[in-house]
Amino acid sequence: MTQGQASGRGEVSIRDLSKSFSLNGRALNVLRGLDLHVESGQCLAIVGASGSGKTTLLRILAGLEAADSGDVLVDGAPIHGVGSERAVIFQEPRLLPWLTVIRNVAFPLEVRGVSATEAADRARHYLRLVGLLDFSEAYPAQLSGGMAQRVGIARALAVQPELLLLDEPLGALDAMTKMTMQEELTRIWSEEHVTMVLVTHDLEEAVYLADRVLVLPKHKGGVIRTIDVDLPRPRDRSEPRFVALRQSLLAEFGLH
Amino acid sequence: MSIIESEQSGAFRRSKSDTPFSAGLAEKAVAGLARLGSRYGVLIAFLVFWQVASEAGWLNPAVFPPLDKIISALWNGIAGGFLLDDVAISLQRAGIAFSAAVIIGIPLGLFMGQVKAVEHSLDPILQLFRQTSALALYPVFILLLGLGEASKVFVIFWATLFPTLLATIGGVKQADPKLIEMARVYGASRLTIFRRVVLPGAVPSIFVGLRLSATTALLLLIAAEMIGANSGVGFQVMNAQYNFQIPLMFAAILLLAILGLGANYALERLQGRLCRWNQLSR
Ligand SMILES: Nc1ncnc2c1ncn2[C@@H]1O[C@H](COP(=O)(O)OP(=O)(O)O)[C@@H](O)[C@H]1O
Ligand SMILES: [Mg+2]
Repeated sequence: MTQGQASGRGEVSIRDLSKSFSLNGRALNVLRGLDLHVESGQCLAIVGASGSGKTTLLRILAGLEAADSGDVLVDGAPIHGVGSERAVIFQEPRLLPWLTVIRNVAFPLEVRGVSATEAADRARHYLRLVGLLDFSEAYPAQLSGGMAQRVGIARALAVQPELLLLDEPLGALDAMTKMTMQEELTRIWSEEHVTMVLVTHDLEEAVYLADRVLVLPKHKGGVIRTIDVDLPRPRDRSEPRFVALRQSLLAEFGLH
Repeated sequence: MSIIESEQSGAFRRSKSDTPFSAGLAEKAVAGLARLGSRYGVLIAFLVFWQVASEAGWLNPAVFPPLDKIISALWNGIAGGFLLDDVAISLQRAGIAFSAAVIIGIPLGLFMGQVKAVEHSLDPILQLFRQTSALALYPVFILLLGLGEASKVFVIFWATLFPTLLATIGGVKQADPKLIEMARVYGASRLTIFRRVVLPGAVPSIFVGLRLSATTALLLLIAAEMIGANSGVGFQVMNAQYNFQIPLMFAAILLLAILGLGANYALERLQGRLCRWNQLSR
């Protein structure tokens, strides 16, 4: 069940991307002239104040939203709408309440015409990966928030994407569950060799998970900064270099 | 970990009923009686009060005959066959009307809920029709269709259509856009999204409509049979009252109640099987 190891899989190139919405008849520039490159197998975190366009950027990458101008390339090819090489993990689990856990994980596979037995096999594999194999036959209403989110993660992994897009995936969880899930995400990411773009408002999460952190400016037209996180994994949150990086990210927002 | 708890308690309950001859049998019997008592105690007390009050003359037995007279009137009617004929013709009227309402209401509702423009322009006239009492329109239907079966079935159909139709539209419209977007991300076509996201999500709401429609069907059935029929359970209620066969009148009323309970029970069971997920509480 390995994939995406060949070089150049899940690589993202964004050049001069602009996107605006019309809000009450006025144009609202959300992204302007954004350039971005994510190497295959890398984990990029995007942080920024709320309203800075993080979700918009992710939705464009997912193919749910079209850019006004600029190039968005995945593995060198411009994207047209959603694609089977990309998967999204949303802030909410978004499970279908009438399907059991295993059927939920198998859902995208069934949609793509994978046979029922193979879909179930793959779903089982990824449920084991997120530690929920025992809950295969449970319904979403019988799960806690953290468990449901793990099912959502298993579902995204089950399609074996080259590019995994995460929009504040742990934002709704309590602090303890969140830290456990961050550890799980690191493990899954290294096991699955998948490229990740992670939107978060949690700076510690960004430093813990990412190879590189992109800081979207508060004011449009401000400078977009990137910070490299050159720490070995698994990372230690109390290590001086970790703390220093978190501090420098805080400073980006004028906080100390 | 509610699922583990519920599985355990399920196994626990099963093992209890699987060993009826174990030590605490008497205790279990008492517990069972207590459960029955808390559920049906008030109903039983009501029936006992009726019987006693009628026999003792606290209630006028000419208006409220004792229960045993009602039951024997019911038995005679069934054994004699004439009440069964009434039940059959009533079930046929309500059944045809309800089936037609379901066959038309659900597909139409699914379509209207999906296509905003259609729903937008049809909603006002639907609201007007819905607010117009079907019984008030009965004379119109009689003028159009005559006094026979057609007008009766049609008036029941008319009143029964709207709860199912509107509930279906509502169920489709309240489909969660976040779930739809999730399906889109994984490449689901519009048809797949409808089949696998919108439709299953609308089922609980459709059932609310179906149960309301079933109740409405019985209500209109009785009214239509009372107004212009010479057969049917509703006719029997009126007819028995004219002829001052009060026990028979109550027997017919009792039959109607049983029909209503039966219809509701059947729909509840079907709903339980189709929407097990919806009954799981957090
Ligand atoms: N579909 C839309 N229509 C109009 N405005 C939108 C739409 N989506 C997002 N916006 C606006 O774009 C800005 C950026 O939104 P978003 O990307 O969600 O920010 P973030 O995720 O960083 O909080 C916000 O001001 C938001 O109101
Ligand atoms: Mg956002």
